[in-house]
Amino acid sequence: MPETPYLFAAVAVTVAVTWSLRALPFVALAPLRESRTLHYLGVRMPTGVLVVLVVYCLRGMPVADNAWLAPAAALAVTAGLHLWRRNVLLSITAGTAVHVVLLNL
Amino acid sequence: MTRVLLPEAVRVGTAPSAERETRTSAVALRDSFSVGVALVPLGLAFGMVLTQAGLDWWWATVFTALIYAGSFEFLLIGLVTALTPLGTVALTAMLVNLRHVFYALSFPLDRVRGVRAKLYSTFAMTDEAYALTATSASRSWSGPRIVWMQLYLHLYWIIGGTAGALLGALIGDSVAGLDFALPALFTVMAIDAARERPEDVSGPLLAFAAAVVAAVVAPGQMLPTAFALLTVALLVSLVASRLRSRRA
Repeated sequence: MPETPYLFAAVAVTVAVTWSLRALPFVALAPLRESRTLHYLGVRMPTGVLVVLVVYCLRGMPVADNAWLAPAAALAVTAGLHLWRRNVLLSITAGTAVHVVLLNL
Repeated sequence: MTRVLLPEAVRVGTAPSAERETRTSAVALRDSFSVGVALVPLGLAFGMVLTQAGLDWWWATVFTALIYAGSFEFLLIGLVTALTPLGTVALTAMLVNLRHVFYALSFPLDRVRGVRAKLYSTFAMTDEAYALTATSASRSWSGPRIVWMQLYLHLYWIIGGTAGALLGALIGDSVAGLDFALPALFTVMAIDAARERPEDVSGPLLAFAAAVVAAVVAPGQMLPTAFALLTVALLVSLVASRLRSRRA
């Protein structure tokens, strides 16, 4: 289990990085606006980063027996519902509920 | 028409500032409701996942109050329980939150007056706060109204997260599988992001390939490896398209 000092350091690092990303562009907007490469990455990175994160979350998925069925079904329900209804809360709640129900059967 | 409106405008203009402040905060509370109905349940899920991962419940309060970057906080639970090096935590935070850099291009910070208010407003410039200020209805919002709205969103998240953590500590591990809320959140965000750029098919495919390669080649360092691969792949495709357009 992580120690308290390490946890506080992790929180501090995260705050520093996140707040800088949110605040510094207001101070240095001009060079940022002009960087075509950064703009290009800003447009194309977000979807990619999110796809990587989905894979990262599911990479520990159990493959033994039928254990993979629960996360696979939950993922299908989440994505399917979101493509259909476009309701963030509904998609997440339903997907998680399917996962919980299948795991606790 | 003007005769009806004018006295009202004068009355608002000369109202004692405390009263005006109360009215602004009440209006901002209404502005924040639509997002609040989503933030509180997500906060509850976050808190429950946090205590189920073995962290003390009050870490939910620390995370939600100090970091205030929803999706990354979820991710941080997994990173810290795996004792991930701080450098990787910083890199991941940077890549996950890089999108905020571009919010500065249109977020109405110029309406927010005072250093402290500006500092808080940038700190609390989450996806949800940005989305609310990007609506056409928000163009008339004053600086205080924007900051109050951000404060309410922040409070929804802290309260939801803390309540979820306390609930999670209470029920313990009896309900397995709640941690799927995180991949579900990322799936939904990925679909929404992809919808904004339907013509970009290769980006998500490259990302998927980068993630799979990184998971196989460097399972212990999957995130930095995948992000590096993705960045290189995107830059290569940028150079390729520039070369193509020069030749054309």
